[in-house]
Amino acid sequence: MSDSNHLNNLVVQVRRDILRQVHKVNSGHPGGSLGCAEFLVALYQEIMERKNTFEMDGKEEDLFFLSNGHISPVFYSVLARSGYFPVEELNTFRLLNTRLQGHPTTHEGLPGIRIASGSLGQGISAAIGAAQSKKLNHDTKIVYTLCGDGELQEGQNWEAIMYAAGNQIDNLIVTVDYNKQQIDGATDDVLSLGNLRAKFEAFDWDVVDIKNGNDIDAILNGMKIAKNKTGNGKPICVLLHTVMGNGVDFMMHTNAWHGKAPNDEQLEKALKQNPVTLGDY
Amino acid sequence: MKKYIDTGKKDTRSGFGAGLTELGKSNENVVALCADLIGSLKMNDFQNNHPERFYQVGIAEANMMGIAAGMTIGGKIPFTGTFANFSTGRVYDQIRQSIAYSGKNVKICASHAGLTLGEDGATHQILEDIGLMKMLPGMTVINTCDFNQTKAATKAIADYNGPVYLRFGRPKVANFTPEDQTFEIGKAIQLQEGSDVSIVATGHLVWEALQAAETLNEQGITADVINIHTIKPLDEAAILNSVAKTNCIVTAEEHNILGGLGESVARVLAKNNPTPQEFVATQDTFGESGTPAQLMEKYGLDASAIVNATQRVLKRK
Repeated sequence: MSDSNHLNNLVVQVRRDILRQVHKVNSGHPGGSLGCAEFLVALYQEIMERKNTFEMDGKEEDLFFLSNGHISPVFYSVLARSGYFPVEELNTFRLLNTRLQGHPTTHEGLPGIRIASGSLGQGISAAIGAAQSKKLNHDTKIVYTLCGDGELQEGQNWEAIMYAAGNQIDNLIVTVDYNKQQIDGATDDVLSLGNLRAKFEAFDWDVVDIKNGNDIDAILNGMKIAKNKTGNGKPICVLLHTVMGNGVDFMMHTNAWHGKAPNDEQLEKALKQNPVTLGDY
Repeated sequence: MKKYIDTGKKDTRSGFGAGLTELGKSNENVVALCADLIGSLKMNDFQNNHPERFYQVGIAEANMMGIAAGMTIGGKIPFTGTFANFSTGRVYDQIRQSIAYSGKNVKICASHAGLTLGEDGATHQILEDIGLMKMLPGMTVINTCDFNQTKAATKAIADYNGPVYLRFGRPKVANFTPEDQTFEIGKAIQLQEGSDVSIVATGHLVWEALQAAETLNEQGITADVINIHTIKPLDEAAILNSVAKTNCIVTAEEHNILGGLGESVARVLAKNNPTPQEFVATQDTFGESGTPAQLMEKYGLDASAIVNATQRVLKRK
C-alpha cells in the first residue's frame, strides 16, 4: 500500500500551487483543477509507470493525456512536483514568454506535455492514437486520459468512444471528471449527460465508478481495478465522482470558480485552509 | 519550346495510392488511416499489404485526425485519407490544435479537391482548402499536377518531419511529368522558358498552362511556365526570377481567388517587385454539379481562360 499520508500532503501543496498560480495572474481555472488534484497526484505518484526523463515518444512507459486542458494549473503543479520541470517555473504561469501557457501545449517544449489541449473533445482520440502506436510497437504499457464531464457534449468524443470499442483499444483508461458542473451551470441544466455509465456500457466499454474521487485511497483502489481490466478486449472508462473546487470550502459544490481567480482576501482564506506541507515554490 | 507528352490519362489520387504502396514496403513507420473512402483514395493496396498498419476509422474524420496526431507519439508517420473537404474544413480545429499547434508529423492526404470532383456538386467541391491550410503556422501545403508527381510527392513527404497537406484530385488527367522524378518540397519546376509573361500554375491547372503556352506561342507570345506544386513554403525566388524577365504574371489554380496560390504570389510581388497580375481561379463562389470539363470551362479554369488572362495582363505591362 502506498504512503497515502505523503500523497495527501502533496495534494494540499498542489492546491496551494493551483490557487497561487491563478491568483498571481488573475486568470485561469481553479475549480476543476482543485477537483482533480487527488486524481492527478495519485496518477503521477503511484499509478503510472513512467520514466524519470521526458521523451515525446514515451516508449515503454505509461502515458497521460489531459483532454480538458483548462485545468492546466493542477497539471502543471503535479508535473513540476513529479520532476518534469522546476517547481519555481510555476511562477511563470500565463505570463508572456512562459512555457506554462494558459492551456497546455507542446509548442514551447514543456516536458511532460505530449499534445496541446484546450479546445475540448480531442484528448480521447489522441490517446487512442498513442495506444495504437503502443500496440504496433509491442509496448504493453497503458495510456491514460482525463476529460471533463461537460466536455462529453463534444461530438468527437463519441466518435472516439465508438472507435475504441470497435477496435478493442484495451490499453486505454479514460477517466471522466464527473463533477456535474460546467461554465454555464450544472451539466443537468446545460445539456444533460443522462446516464453516463449506461452510455459507455452501451458503447461496449468496461466502466468503473470511483464514488469518492477526492479520496486518495478510493482513487488508488478504483484505478487498480481499472488497470486489472486492461488487456481484455475493451477500453475502460473510470467515472471519477469529484467535487469541483475541492479543499477550499467556499469554492466547493459550485461552478462559480470554474474560470475565476480568487482575490487577495479569498486567496488568504483558501491558503489558510491548506497550510504548507512540502513548501511553496 | 519544350514539348510535353501526355503518356496516358491517369488520376492523381492513383498516384497517391501508388506512392503509399511503395512507402508501405520501404518505411515500416508509415501507417495509413481512412474514413470510409478506401477505394476513392486508392488505399486498397496498402490496406491489403499491411493490414496491421492500416486503420479504417469509419465516417468520423475528427476522430481520425486526433488518432493520427496520437499515433505520431511512438514514432509512427500517419497518412490520413479522405476527400479534401473532409480533410480540412470539417476538421479544421482538430488539425489546428492536435496536429499543427502540437507540431505532429501527420500527412493529411486529400483527394477530390476542387471543381473536378464533378457531379457530386458543391457540398463536396472544396475551393477553400488551400487557404485554410496555408494559414496554419508550420503547415506545408502541396498541390500536385499529375499521377507521377503525386506519387513522388507522397513518397517525399514521408521523409519530411512535420505536418503536410497533400492535395490531389479525382479525374483522369494528362500524365506528363517524369516517372522517375525526385520531388523537392518547396522547389518550383520551370516547364517552359519565355520572356513575355510568367504563368504560375498549381495542380490540374499546370497542364492547362502548358496548353495555353502553346496557343500563346502561335500568337508570338512566349510564356515562362512554372509548376508551383508547393504553395507553402512558396518558392519566392522562382517567381521573382521569372517576373524579372517577363514583368507580368498569371496565376492559375483550381481554388477560390481568395486565399489561394494567387494571393500568395501577390504578396511576394507586392513586397519585392510590384507586377501586374491576373488570377485564374474561381471568383468567390461555390461550385455545382457537372462534368469536370464542363465545370472547368464554366468557371474559367482551363487553357483558354489562361490565354485570356495573359492577354489582359499583357495590356497592363
